[in-house]
Amino acid sequence: MKPKVAFFDFTSCEGCQLEVLNFEQEVLQLLNLLEIVNFRELMTERSDDYDIAIIDGAISTDADVARIKEIRERASILITIGACSSLGGVNCLKNAYPMEEVLSVVYGDAAGYYNTIPARPVSAVVPVDYALPQCPVNKAEFLEVVKALLLGKKPEIPNYPVCAECKMAENACVFDLGRTCLGPVTRAGCNALCVTWGRHCWGCRGLVDDPNVDAATDVLKEHGLTAEDIVNKFRIYTAWTGGSE
Amino acid sequence: MTHLKIDVHHVTRIEGHGNIIVNAKDGAIEEVRWEVPEAPRFFEAMMRGLHYHDVNYVSPRICGICSLAHNTASIEATEAAFGIQPSEQTLLLRKLLFHAETLQSHVLHSCFLVAPDLLNVGSVIPLAESHTEVVVRALRLKKFSNDLADVIVGRKTHPLTTVTGGFTKFPDESALKSVRPRLLEAIEDLDRMVELFKSLEMPDFVRETEYIALKRPDEYAFIGGDIASTDTGSTPPENYLEITNEYCVPHSTAKFTRHNRDSYMVGAIARYNLNHSQLLPKAAETAAQLGLTAPCHNPFMNTVVQLVECVHAAEDALAILDHFIARGVKNEKPIEKVQAGRGVGVVEAPRGLLIHDYTFDEKGYLVEANCVIPTNQNHMNIQKDFEALLPGIVNRPEGEVKLLLEMLVRAYDPCVSCSTH
Ligand code: SF4
Ligand code: SF4
Ligand code: SF4
Repeated sequence: MKPKVAFFDFTSCEGCQLEVLNFEQEVLQLLNLLEIVNFRELMTERSDDYDIAIIDGAISTDADVARIKEIRERASILITIGACSSLGGVNCLKNAYPMEEVLSVVYGDAAGYYNTIPARPVSAVVPVDYALPQCPVNKAEFLEVVKALLLGKKPEIPNYPVCAECKMAENACVFDLGRTCLGPVTRAGCNALCVTWGRHCWGCRGLVDDPNVDAATDVLKEHGLTAEDIVNKFRIYTAWTGGSE
Repeated sequence: MTHLKIDVHHVTRIEGHGNIIVNAKDGAIEEVRWEVPEAPRFFEAMMRGLHYHDVNYVSPRICGICSLAHNTASIEATEAAFGIQPSEQTLLLRKLLFHAETLQSHVLHSCFLVAPDLLNVGSVIPLAESHTEVVVRALRLKKFSNDLADVIVGRKTHPLTTVTGGFTKFPDESALKSVRPRLLEAIEDLDRMVELFKSLEMPDFVRETEYIALKRPDEYAFIGGDIASTDTGSTPPENYLEITNEYCVPHSTAKFTRHNRDSYMVGAIARYNLNHSQLLPKAAETAAQLGLTAPCHNPFMNTVVQLVECVHAAEDALAILDHFIARGVKNEKPIEKVQAGRGVGVVEAPRGLLIHDYTFDEKGYLVEANCVIPTNQNHMNIQKDFEALLPGIVNRPEGEVKLLLEMLVRAYDPCVSCSTH
């Protein structure tokens, strides 16, 4: 029997679900290997009977917390795709302010109608089997992981810094151009995409397991920096610091 | 006594979360409501304090489907605040990108989200077998529009090279030449889509409303221009607050808007009603073939107008591409200038009028932001359409009523998570 797969979206821009739909031709091949039983953005049919749950989006309301717990109970494997579900993502920028303040900035006098809690990654609420951060999710990596799972293999997710891939891509280091980059402490796997296209790394794949050990120490040393120095300069994807509940 | 009770908790095949609630007894409607329970993300609050480059990077995350539109509105607002006038090449590249996004978003909507209803299936998946050719062409079109954007911005969903003042990297001639034959193929694929939609019947429903879209003297507007209303004429973008008048209701985390009437509509139909005379020749011809006449007051026709816009976008994209193939793309450094001030950026996202309004301090850090999303402006119009449509169908079987209301919501191509940004 084909494994049953369900997609669920939480607080997100839905860019990650769109990336999955962007597999185009590959989607059709994937459909031969598994059965999609839930994908609200794509199909009307829905089912509560599934083996693999694929989650995008951060947890940012009490209703989200209850819903993700229910999904965790039903699924034997839970995968988070994208920076929002895996790291909390850009949503966690709001955590720098009291929730009353963000509500009143956006809704003014009507703030009392609504509820919100500090945004957090899925792993802060329930155990996650595989986390695939990146904003949006890296579709090639996602396909690899799904294929590995279907073959009963353990997917490999890199634990070395983006700098390693950046050098392979023969990019000029942005530190040499007088700018700052989170690549030395960020988990590789994107081929240093942003640097290749003229930008720097914002850390959307999250930090390596231990930034003090697994970082690109050569790059840091060359520019007289510590892992902590650069992490402190960025907050877009590193705002969640709460660990798990 | 017959009791009609509909509670669609999270309409499928739309972007984000919306509910439909109906209660009627013996044909008397007690309750009909469009609800938006999406979890809000608070971009306007959380972007405060970010440097403008990061604002331009974070704000597209309001919406994964129209990230280029958000990115462009964000950049244009920033440029307006800093008094930067982008180069002609920058403006032309942005227009080409918009055509790519319009194509990809409209194809996704018309073929993957709407067509299943018209062909009586629950999703595009069974269509892959029953209508293989159309699905293959639609997938190819979508892939092409993504790849066209990728060549310029590195990544269609959340672009990389677009910055305030210009671009950080430019496509070379070979990259541009390699997409040209695929654009010609896309134009053919679109012809086939048009053929399919010619054979499909849209529900017959008419409700005139106020239509609002950007208007430019020189072309069918996607970026910049004035904000035009079919009721009240044109207003400069800086005065957008007079048009949008946002307000809150307890059953929706998205804000609602109103202008001259209880509600107004933005998006493809609004653009068409205001700017149809500026459609390029092939697009105008397509509109005629699809039986469209301006003004159009049937919201279900939004999908059909989107197809016409696809033809327009492809036609103009070809002209721009040929311009760049002939003249090359110059390696221009982004214009850098920072000053304290406020700026408003307006664009036509695939789903309609999109506004970013920023205030920066003298170092370029964001002090205040306001973003008005197309779907915000359509929520109340969906509600008003519900109220007009339901009395005529309330005695039909429940399944039929439910499907029609869902189809109406889908016709708007709502981007709900975007509207609760
Ligand atoms: S990770 Fe990025 S692309 Fe994915 S849902 Fe979050 S903001 Fe959107
Ligand atoms: S610091 Fe950034 S630019 Fe430099 S090598 Fe590392 S990833 Fe590349
Ligand atoms: S370079 Fe950094 S920010 Fe860009 S995709 Fe890779 S990890 Fe994400």
